[in-house]
Amino acid sequence: MTYLEALFASMTRQLTQLIPPHEQENVFMVGIHTGGVWVAEQLHRRLQLPLPLGRLNIAFYRDDFTRIGLHPHVTDASYLPVEIENRHIILVDDVLYSGRTVRAAHNELFDYGRPASIKLAVLIERPGRELPIQADVVGVSLALTANQHIKLTGPDPLSLDILTFD
Amino acid sequence: MNIQLDSQGRLKHFLGIEGLSRELLVEILDTAASLMPVNEKAVKKLPLLRGKTIVNLFFEPSTRTRTTFELAAKRLSADVLNFNINASSSSKGETLLDMLNNLEAMQCDMFVVRHDQAGAPFFMAQHVPPHISIVNAGDGRHEHPTQAMLDMFTIRQHKGDFSQLRVAIIGDILHSRVARSQIFALTTLGAAEVRVIAPFTLIPKGIENMGVTVFNRLKAGLKDVDVVMMLRIQRERMRSALLPSEHEYFQYYGLTEDLLMEVHPDAIVMHPGPINRGVEIESSVADGARSVILQQVTNGIAVRMAIMAMVLGRGHEGQSCHSS
Repeated sequence: MTYLEALFASMTRQLTQLIPPHEQENVFMVGIHTGGVWVAEQLHRRLQLPLPLGRLNIAFYRDDFTRIGLHPHVTDASYLPVEIENRHIILVDDVLYSGRTVRAAHNELFDYGRPASIKLAVLIERPGRELPIQADVVGVSLALTANQHIKLTGPDPLSLDILTFD
Repeated sequence: MNIQLDSQGRLKHFLGIEGLSRELLVEILDTAASLMPVNEKAVKKLPLLRGKTIVNLFFEPSTRTRTTFELAAKRLSADVLNFNINASSSSKGETLLDMLNNLEAMQCDMFVVRHDQAGAPFFMAQHVPPHISIVNAGDGRHEHPTQAMLDMFTIRQHKGDFSQLRVAIIGDILHSRVARSQIFALTTLGAAEVRVIAPFTLIPKGIENMGVTVFNRLKAGLKDVDVVMMLRIQRERMRSALLPSEHEYFQYYGLTEDLLMEVHPDAIVMHPGPINRGVEIESSVADGARSVILQQVTNGIAVRMAIMAMVLGRGHEGQSCHSS
C-alpha cells in the first residue's frame, strides 16, 4: 500500500464512522477544484456513496479577488448535480492551511441552498489557520516551515510532494 | 500602448475590440462560460464586485442594453446607479468632464457609457483617475464591443471552432457600431470568411481593408454561410436618401425562409435586437428553429459579467498570492 493509499484508507474509516448508515442516501460529497476533487474521487469510490460527486470551483468567491483578480483562469465551473437543500455535505479539499478556501466554499454552497450539515475532510492539514475553521476528517497533519509547500499532482497517478523554496 | 490594458496586458477599460489580442478575447469567452451556471443557482449572485459602485451613464436611450448591464453588475453584487442623461445636468449645460469629476467624487468604480459621439468612452478613459474603469456600451458609429463579444460567445456555443466559419453580416454596415465590432472580433478570432451584405449606399468605402468580402446581393452572399448576423435597420435611414422604403428593403435584403435554403444546413441566425419584423427579417425566421436571438440576450448577461469582473478584478499590479 502506498503512502497516499494509506491516507485514503484512514480517511475512509473516519468518514464511515462519521456517516450513520441511515444517512448515507442523503450524503452529497463535494470536492474543491482541483486537488480536492481528486481526493474526493478516491473517497467517493471507496465509500460507494449513492449520490454522484459534485465539484466546487471557488475562484469567484475568493476574498482576495480585488487584490489578485481572476486568478487563475476559471474554466472548470462548479458542478453540483443534485440539490443541496437539506443534504449532509462532505466537503473535501487536498490541503487545509489558512482556511480561506473552505470559507469561500461555504459561501458558494449556501448560494445553492441550505444544507443540513457540512463536514470537512482534508488529505493534509497544516498549522496557520487565519479563520476559525477545522477539519472533521484528516489524512495527515504536517507542520511545515514557512518556505515549504505541499503539491498534489494528478489525477492519475496521484502524487504528493513537499517542495522547499529558498 | 493600448489605453485599454494595464502594464501587465490585462483589461483596465473595455472600449473596443480593435487592438485586443485573440488570447484576451478567448479569455473573456472562457470567463463568461464559467459564469453561465450562476443562473442555475438558488442565489443568482456572486460576491466578486461587492462594495463596488457601477454607474450606467447612458447619453442615448437603450432600455435593453442598460438592463443587461444592470443585471450583470447586480449579479456580481455591485451597487448600480442609472443616470438618465436627458433629465440630468448635461441638459443644463454641464460639460462631460464636469459630470465625470462629480461622479468620481461620489467614489464610483466603473462607468458604463453609451454615447452618440464616437470616441466618448475613450475620452473619458483618458481623463478618469487610474482606479476608475470605463466600459463602452456603444459609441456613435464606432464600436459596441460587449454586443460583439456576446455574439462571439453565442457563435462559439453553437459552432465551437471559428477557423472553419463563414459568417455573413447583413444590413446597415455603414452606420453600425455592432458590425464594426463584430468584424474586428471575427477576424481576430480567425473566422475563415467574413462577408458583409448591404446596398451600396450602406457599405463604407474601403471596408475590404478590414478583411471582409463585400456582397450587394443577399442570395449570393448567403451561399453556404454558417452564421447569419442580421443588423437592425433604423427607420430614420428610410427617410434619408440611403434606402428606398421598408417594403423595398425587405424585398431585396430581408431574410426570409426561402433565402435560408442558400445557407449551410446547420447555420444559425442572429440579430442584436430590437428586431424590425418584416423589415430586415421575416417573423417566421426570427422565431424559427435556426434563430438564436433569445440566447444572445441570455448570453449577454454572462459576457457582461465576465468583462466587468475582468476589468475591476485585475488587482494591484505585481501582487500574487494563494492560500488554502
